[in-house]
Amino acid sequence: MPHSVLSAEGSGSAPSSPIPKQEEPTPAAVPASNPHSGDDDVPMAEAGELPSAAEPPAAQAAADDDMMEIEQVKKPEIKLEDLFAGMDSDDDEFPSASPPVGAQEQETGSADGADNADANFELLRTYYQRFFPWRYMFQWLNHSPNPTNDFKHREFSLWLHNDAVLRYQSYSTSDLLRKDVIRLMPRRIEIGPVYTADPRDRKTFRNSTAFVPLAKELCFDIDLTDYDDVRTCCDKANICRKCWKFTTMAIKVLETALREDFGYNHILWVYSGRRGVHAWVCDKKARALNDQQRKAITGYFEVVTGKLGSKKVNIRRPLHPHLIRSLDLLKEHFQQDVLETQDPWQAPEKAEALLQQIPDPELREALRKKWDALPGRASVSKWADIDALAQTHAGAALEGRTLLDTKQDVVLEHTYPRLDAAVTHKLNHLLKSPFVIHPGTGRVCVPIDRGDLDGFDPLGVPTLQGLVNEIGAWADTEGPAAMAAVDVADGGEGASSSGAAAGNQEARRLQDWEKTSLRPYIEYFRSFVMGLMKDERETAVKRERDEDDEVEIKVESLDF
Amino acid sequence: MNRVDAKRRNVVDHRKKQFADPVFKEATYPHRLNFYSAPPTADITLEQFEQWAIDRLRILAELEACSFRNRTPAETATHMKPLLDKYLPLDAGSSGNPKLLHAQRQKDHYGHFILRLAFASTEDLRRRFTRVETMLFRLRFQGDDSRERAAFVRTLNLDWEPVSEAEKRALAPQLAATVGFGYGKRAPQVLDEEWCKVDWIRVPDLIESRKVFLKAGKAYVPGREQQSMVLNAFTKRLEQALEDTARALPNLDEDDRLAPILDHLSKNFVAPDASYTGTGAAVDGAEMTARNVDNLAQHFPMCMTHLHRSLRRDAHLKHFGRLQYSLFLKGIGLNLEEALVFWRSGFAKITDDTFNKEYRYNVRHVYGDVGGDSNRRSGGYSPYSCQRILTEHAPGSGDAHGCPYRHFSLENLGSLLRASGVTDPSVLAGVKGDTEGQKFHMACNRVFEHLHKTELKRARDEGVMTAAQLETIVHPNEYFKRSYVLKNMDREKAKKKGGVDVKMEG
Repeated sequence: MPHSVLSAEGSGSAPSSPIPKQEEPTPAAVPASNPHSGDDDVPMAEAGELPSAAEPPAAQAAADDDMMEIEQVKKPEIKLEDLFAGMDSDDDEFPSASPPVGAQEQETGSADGADNADANFELLRTYYQRFFPWRYMFQWLNHSPNPTNDFKHREFSLWLHNDAVLRYQSYSTSDLLRKDVIRLMPRRIEIGPVYTADPRDRKTFRNSTAFVPLAKELCFDIDLTDYDDVRTCCDKANICRKCWKFTTMAIKVLETALREDFGYNHILWVYSGRRGVHAWVCDKKARALNDQQRKAITGYFEVVTGKLGSKKVNIRRPLHPHLIRSLDLLKEHFQQDVLETQDPWQAPEKAEALLQQIPDPELREALRKKWDALPGRASVSKWADIDALAQTHAGAALEGRTLLDTKQDVVLEHTYPRLDAAVTHKLNHLLKSPFVIHPGTGRVCVPIDRGDLDGFDPLGVPTLQGLVNEIGAWADTEGPAAMAAVDVADGGEGASSSGAAAGNQEARRLQDWEKTSLRPYIEYFRSFVMGLMKDERETAVKRERDEDDEVEIKVESLDF
Repeated sequence: MNRVDAKRRNVVDHRKKQFADPVFKEATYPHRLNFYSAPPTADITLEQFEQWAIDRLRILAELEACSFRNRTPAETATHMKPLLDKYLPLDAGSSGNPKLLHAQRQKDHYGHFILRLAFASTEDLRRRFTRVETMLFRLRFQGDDSRERAAFVRTLNLDWEPVSEAEKRALAPQLAATVGFGYGKRAPQVLDEEWCKVDWIRVPDLIESRKVFLKAGKAYVPGREQQSMVLNAFTKRLEQALEDTARALPNLDEDDRLAPILDHLSKNFVAPDASYTGTGAAVDGAEMTARNVDNLAQHFPMCMTHLHRSLRRDAHLKHFGRLQYSLFLKGIGLNLEEALVFWRSGFAKITDDTFNKEYRYNVRHVYGDVGGDSNRRSGGYSPYSCQRILTEHAPGSGDAHGCPYRHFSLENLGSLLRASGVTDPSVLAGVKGDTEGQKFHMACNRVFEHLHKTELKRARDEGVMTAAQLETIVHPNEYFKRSYVLKNMDREKAKKKGGVDVKMEG
């Protein structure tokens, strides 16, 4: 029974307000899309250059500190759900897109909008209390087991359910962050840069240079909406497994370049919950980059430009080594995932656009004649036609070089990563944290294992509702078995109760997330964080050793 | 009480030491170029102080004007040559007598440091000063004799590592892909070129344009691209030095000899955008209301016409389009209240709620009504100049901002122009030539002159506008202002205004 498990509080120091009667949302009663969640990232540096322009657009005047203070006055025990119960029902934050698979025990009559919001709210609370990997998040941002300024001066921004945004939140320990999140129940958490001082104290500095961003992971954002002109299966915020391939190619190209060209090693890819993916490059060197250098990196990766009404790819020849290698990586994807799957030149006007890029007019005419004669010819064949006709074509022999260039341009246009550069440019740009729940889809923003990139299925990631169902199912099956094995007095209360742990010396107590499909993602994240921390530790040790070496050399040289 | 001060204890002849003048090392100038790391120490007269500063300022202002007019480096060099010879000559070490060389280099050195004092005070001045000084340095660096340049670079102690012959050979194919850039068929051979590798973060501009090969965080820079690294170092050191100067300025125990000169110098160097910050009406007699914008749109330059049409067509504009357009409207005198009305009615398809939630803050921010302290104090941002529109935030698909002459394809530009009443084939051909030669200002001014040719002729005949007022337009708001004044000349004259004071920038 899910209810019994839910009533057992997670092993934390959370302000445990007793969870009211669990009411499962009825999926049918929920609108399938959220009108307010169209944009996946909000341009935080709204107006460009001025640092003061970093106020979020959605933040109304009350959304700054005043709001914070008001919120803090309220006791944690306040029924926050009461505040939101009356909210407009078109603002349902969790219209669970995937129907809860194992939810059989739905109570009828609870499909009312307000109840639904309550239920979602409770699901979110459960998620923050029991599933969210606080510890690894802390280690990830802190780069060491003990709290350092990397964490303490880091900006967090919390998006509340009334659309207010609390900017410049900071926490000295991971526990305080956890408590505050559970108290405020943000529907979205964003991570900003590490500042020179505690962000909460920012108003106490007289001059503006005392409070400036110091470091942040180098971030990238790929959004499938930017591929709308080359994908034929979906558009706007919709995605499917076919067009997800564009993301896969983009990740491969970026990852390779970041590693081989720029020499970065710690790259975390995170599914953004709906139609895109974020990259966090966490190397110490990458974190310290300034705005100009970040901009240079986006320039390095800018190949497909959106110049209005003209050619999309305009690159210099000879090709830069990075592009040669990228073309190598993309060739296969272009054949399979673009030509075969997407069939991009099916529509006559798309085919015409392709013809316009053919440099030789005679070849263009020959192709047009052939394609007009064979309507509905597949893109794979059309692509092959270009080479076939070029060979038999006398005039095109001279154009061999430019024809190859054109073909390379077409491949790049259809496959090369398209970045949302604004996310990368600014040191103080905020980006959605991994592991938050996407409000529109209810999916967890999970990290993507780059070892199994092709196997990642964006439509199959854990959802909020799914996780709660899973833990319920676990308690029903595994739970009693585990309890029986250790034979504890209050075995019925669930695996996480302290009594169970105390009675059992051998078997490790399982974390809640370990009982669900979230497990592989958190384990991957953990190994990523461990690798990062190890590297940070080693560089620190190495630096010390280098200094020692220098001293020794000096001593030796004195002998001479 | 009688203890000897520690500092004095070892002085052999304290009477001499006590009153001796501090002796600074006399600055020598072994190289033509200068990184300006040590301040000058010798005495100069007040007249020299002022004259040298003014001469240098004249050069810097001209350089900035060149960049606003989007001149190519080669054009700039030709344009600047006579001016430099006149105001700030700096001869190569191989020519002329040492005494003359010393005098030239001294003037260069002192001029730079005087202007530093004048332009260290505000962030904006510092940024512009760094920019133009770097331009001047680049100009001279390029014109320098290659041997002298190499000798100068060696003195800078920039830590870059030469690429060994073996590594060069191993990476030859990759290096070959970058070496030929800009050299066409006569590309130098990989092995002939001097390569060095540096951390890529030191050469971000080369990385951004993919001009160099990059491996494991190291950029492989060919010899001739070392210029970019030297320039970077120059900019960086100057920025730092200016900030130090700014901090020291309040301590400058200055009487009334230098302060007025410095003050005067910096006032002559105001930002061109700054002249449009005011929210008051930029032109007399125009009704600046949301309703009247459609009416006024006939006076807009193409960039704003396009934004206006896109807004009317789609009932929406993307972020940078909103920013560029609302700043322009602010510049022509639309006040915040009217701007809110304008945008609200412009975004006809959305609800009040969405507008208030997502756009209202934006508009208010532009006007400095909300936001951080500095934003509110300065009344929001200044309208974008052509320079900014041309160089920043190139539009992507679905964007309507930017400069049509630069960011549109020829067909789109042609149809936009025709829709705006430019049908004369010779003008269209001229615009095509201009845009192909990257002379976007020329194209825009050509269109302006075509659209206002009768008025301009009249203005010239009647002497309403002075020559200065008919100079190249480098700001969209200037375009509007001039267009409005020209088209309403009669009204102006009726008001006995005489020549309208159109202030030039640059």
